[in-house]
Amino acid sequence: MSLLKLENLSVTFGNFRAVDQISYSVNEGEVLGIVGESGSGKSVSSLSLMGLIDYPGKVSADQLTFMDQDLLSMPEAQRRKITGSDIAMIFQDPMTSLNPCFTVGYQIIEALKTHQGGTKKELKHRAIELLTLVGIPAPESRLSAYPHQLSGGMSQRVMIAIAIACNPKLLIADEPTTALDVTIQAQIIDLLIDLQKEKQMGLVLITHDLALVAEVAHRVIVMYAGQIVESGPASEVFSAPKHPYTQALLASLPESAAGRARLQALPGVVPGQYDRPKGCLLSPRCPYVTDHCRNVEPTSQGSLERQVKCHTPLNTQGRPAA
Amino acid sequence: MLRFIGRRLLQAMFVLLIISVISFMIQDKLGDPVQQMVGQSVPQQDRLALQQDLGLNDPLLVQYGRFLGRALQGDLGTSYYYKEATLDIILSRLPATLELSFSALVLVILLATPLGVVAAIHPKSLLSRAILIFSTLGLSVPIFIVAVFLMYFFAIEWRLLPSFGRGETTWVMGLWQSGLFNKDGLLHLLLPSFSLAFVLTPMFIRLIRAEMIDALQSEYIRYAWSKGISASRIYFVHALKNTMLPVITVAGIQVGTLVAYTILTESIFQWPGMGLLFMEAVTRVDVPLISAYLMVVGVIFVVTNTVVDLVYSLVNPRVRLPGYGS
Repeated sequence: MSLLKLENLSVTFGNFRAVDQISYSVNEGEVLGIVGESGSGKSVSSLSLMGLIDYPGKVSADQLTFMDQDLLSMPEAQRRKITGSDIAMIFQDPMTSLNPCFTVGYQIIEALKTHQGGTKKELKHRAIELLTLVGIPAPESRLSAYPHQLSGGMSQRVMIAIAIACNPKLLIADEPTTALDVTIQAQIIDLLIDLQKEKQMGLVLITHDLALVAEVAHRVIVMYAGQIVESGPASEVFSAPKHPYTQALLASLPESAAGRARLQALPGVVPGQYDRPKGCLLSPRCPYVTDHCRNVEPTSQGSLERQVKCHTPLNTQGRPAA
Repeated sequence: MLRFIGRRLLQAMFVLLIISVISFMIQDKLGDPVQQMVGQSVPQQDRLALQQDLGLNDPLLVQYGRFLGRALQGDLGTSYYYKEATLDIILSRLPATLELSFSALVLVILLATPLGVVAAIHPKSLLSRAILIFSTLGLSVPIFIVAVFLMYFFAIEWRLLPSFGRGETTWVMGLWQSGLFNKDGLLHLLLPSFSLAFVLTPMFIRLIRAEMIDALQSEYIRYAWSKGISASRIYFVHALKNTMLPVITVAGIQVGTLVAYTILTESIFQWPGMGLLFMEAVTRVDVPLISAYLMVVGVIFVVTNTVVDLVYSLVNPRVRLPGYGS
């Protein structure tokens, strides 16, 4: 059963579409990886799921449902109840996301109290349980620690503890390891995946790390300039990319450049607000670009299970089909 | 903690030493004490004798040493006008001034916090624009205008509140003459404390608003929203606590301003506090009283700033006082 379903979701800031008509779904117990370079709308799209887009940003969608409830039309109070309990989010930088003025225990108990309630003793007990669950040693004493007294990895564990405190059905992790030491990254991901399996949560994992997605995600979405350019089962997308951008992303990995002097990269950057090309958004950077691409924007082809947004999708040999 | 207080005390003593020098210089240089004490009709011979008796012919350093020695024993000189120990006179007026400043400070906090927060949450709304206009206006209107207008309307036109004095007072534990425990005293307190609060409220509205806008844009506030906690908790618990750090610091410094403005407020409302006493002392060239006032205000200032530092470390966990905690 699909847990979260969105159809043609857009987030606009004035005339600028930070997220441009994306559609995908997440099933129970599924890990969905979202990849793409900076500025491709990964974080904005996930913030919009949480209802965290501030004015003047606007969210619109043909459909945005969570467990068959329409998130956009439901009353604000009801949505706030779902936020943080059924849908929880882990942010990129744990050091700046935890409030520096409150202890770890206060911030965990606050989440519990808001959504579940209980006596002071129960709440404290549950907080200790959660800290143990995310692998923090001496959890009792950590309750009274302030965020600045914790390392980055510890803080991220605390955020994970808060996120899973109310047994969410869907967990959104926005680059959960980007701000961490390389040695800690693997531990945090292992923890996340273990918890996901144990609790059968849906997990949306937003990351730059393609190898990680290939390893843990069931399905993957590749975003570029606010659009989904390709999506499908992780193994398929990575072994036989259909979109030139996915191909280029994979080619840019250091592993692909073994023996070469330079990493392979597409020239240029993601188009910003004022330099959006007329046709396909990738056309200025695409190695296979045609005149048709420059003038006409492609539409998404295929099903929701395997979509690609390109006039000339690549065949299994990695060449344009037509 | 103890080490911190010890260090603070040393600093305070240094500050007070400097104040004592200034106080002493005023005593020596502001007019002729003998002239002040005896008037016109005393012959020159007696004047010289009195000068000798008072030690005014000794070298400056000796005089200062004597002044300091007495000051340390709590003797800040004798008022020319009252013919009493200046410290006793000032201390008897201290409760009135402290109650006035304290209630003004409470009013500032009660007014500025909600207004500043509201103006920060929706910076472009009509209400917050109105608040900002009020605070700009408030910053530019001097206190004696505000006080006189308040007095005119509330005391003279509408006859709602008394216009001067402290009203009825009660003795608390035989030490403190307080106007806070009866209706008459509280009614008398209203106009002066509002006037005094008017000095600082606009500034604090702006300060709280600016800090709050900053805090609201931070990552931990976005994260707090994602936890699903209520808007009021996010504004008044998560954001406000972070906002309070700079506010407390400024508040500590502004206690000085508040004391300075008690002089004006007390003069306007004939409030029998230290400020009024000081004004009277100036017009009477009661130099020992003036210098004693300086010393006492110096002590108040140093003490409040030390307290502010201590409070600051309680509010902001990232500040560790030297030699306190882990």
